[in-house]
Amino acid sequence: MRMAFPETIVAAFSVMHEMSVALSIVEAVDAKARQEGSGKISEIALVIGRLAGIDAQSLRFCFSAAARGSLAEGCSLVIEEREAEGVCQDCGNRFSVTFLVAVCPRCQSLSVQRVSGDEFLIQSITIEEE
Amino acid sequence: MCDTCGCGDGKEPVLRLPGGETGHIHEHGHGQGGHHHHHHAEPGRQGRKIDMAQDVLQENNLLAERNRGYFEARQVFAVNFLSSPGSGKTSLLEKSIPILKERVPVAVIEGDQQTTNDADRIHALGVPVIQVNTGTGCHLDALMINRAVRELSLQENSLLCIENVGNLVCPAMFDLGEALKVVVISVAEGDDKPLKYPYMFHEADVCILNKIDLLPYVEFDAARCRENAMQVSHGLEWFEMSVKTGEGLDVWLQWLEKKLGKG
Repeated sequence: MRMAFPETIVAAFSVMHEMSVALSIVEAVDAKARQEGSGKISEIALVIGRLAGIDAQSLRFCFSAAARGSLAEGCSLVIEEREAEGVCQDCGNRFSVTFLVAVCPRCQSLSVQRVSGDEFLIQSITIEEE
Repeated sequence: MCDTCGCGDGKEPVLRLPGGETGHIHEHGHGQGGHHHHHHAEPGRQGRKIDMAQDVLQENNLLAERNRGYFEARQVFAVNFLSSPGSGKTSLLEKSIPILKERVPVAVIEGDQQTTNDADRIHALGVPVIQVNTGTGCHLDALMINRAVRELSLQENSLLCIENVGNLVCPAMFDLGEALKVVVISVAEGDDKPLKYPYMFHEADVCILNKIDLLPYVEFDAARCRENAMQVSHGLEWFEMSVKTGEGLDVWLQWLEKKLGKG
């Protein structure tokens, strides 16, 4: 009999982690919406850098559950996944990076400063006008 | 709000004194915020866009900075110990603290899902310790540290050891306000660990390779492990030791004492 549960356990851990993050987002946008008149939120725009350590898919999965009972309930989630870029500290070359380990393609230096790709932002929310 | 797993039971992380489940510190949970039921917002209706550009982890990061400010003002050197479960964090503290406490006051915050087992072990060393039980939570965060510190009377010019929940993934993302992040791995694990968990190793300032007394019995290449770690974090301080036999412990302790200004 083939055991299915190892995959489930892996999924469960990432769900738990992204869940806490989803709740942080809901708390922040709910508070903002209340500041702005407590209208229902129709859309939340997030920016997630490729190297932010957040799995966008898991986040989506958790989000609707996390938003239940808040002003964000039922809203749509727009996620922009931003590419990561690094700048070589030795030769100044700017290039895209896909991993924390970055080697300058021009001079092979390991001294690469990441200039984007770490972001995890709530860019904006859209509140429904009555 | 359950600030870790988000399950509906509303369980908050619990602070405990050594001695098990009977000795918990009662805390008032913060309120749920009175969520009202609303109908779903209809897509396509006219909406007003509000820019936020707010870091999702802002709340934790802000609180972490407050913790950091407090530590700096009182000259408390806070060290965050991270690893997979079983690498030897608690044993490292058990061996290090008796020596360190001769030079500087030491206090400890322990993090685990359940039990006060680790806090009990530290308590036996005669230093103040608080256990944070996260329940289903997978990491310590700045709020838990903020609360735990209130229960410890931290002395000026002291060392605070924070032993995080055994986990090489999530704790890397949560700034606690510490001065130093120490990641511990052991030779009973894979030497490619730093590449498999790059976020953790990238965040770490120090890496301790433990259980080197077992090297004759395992297929672990210490030099390759170090290379892998340096690839991900090339400023990393590297220490190899056996907490069990004591080999290499003094090099780490001397380095730490220097950092504390006592070496």
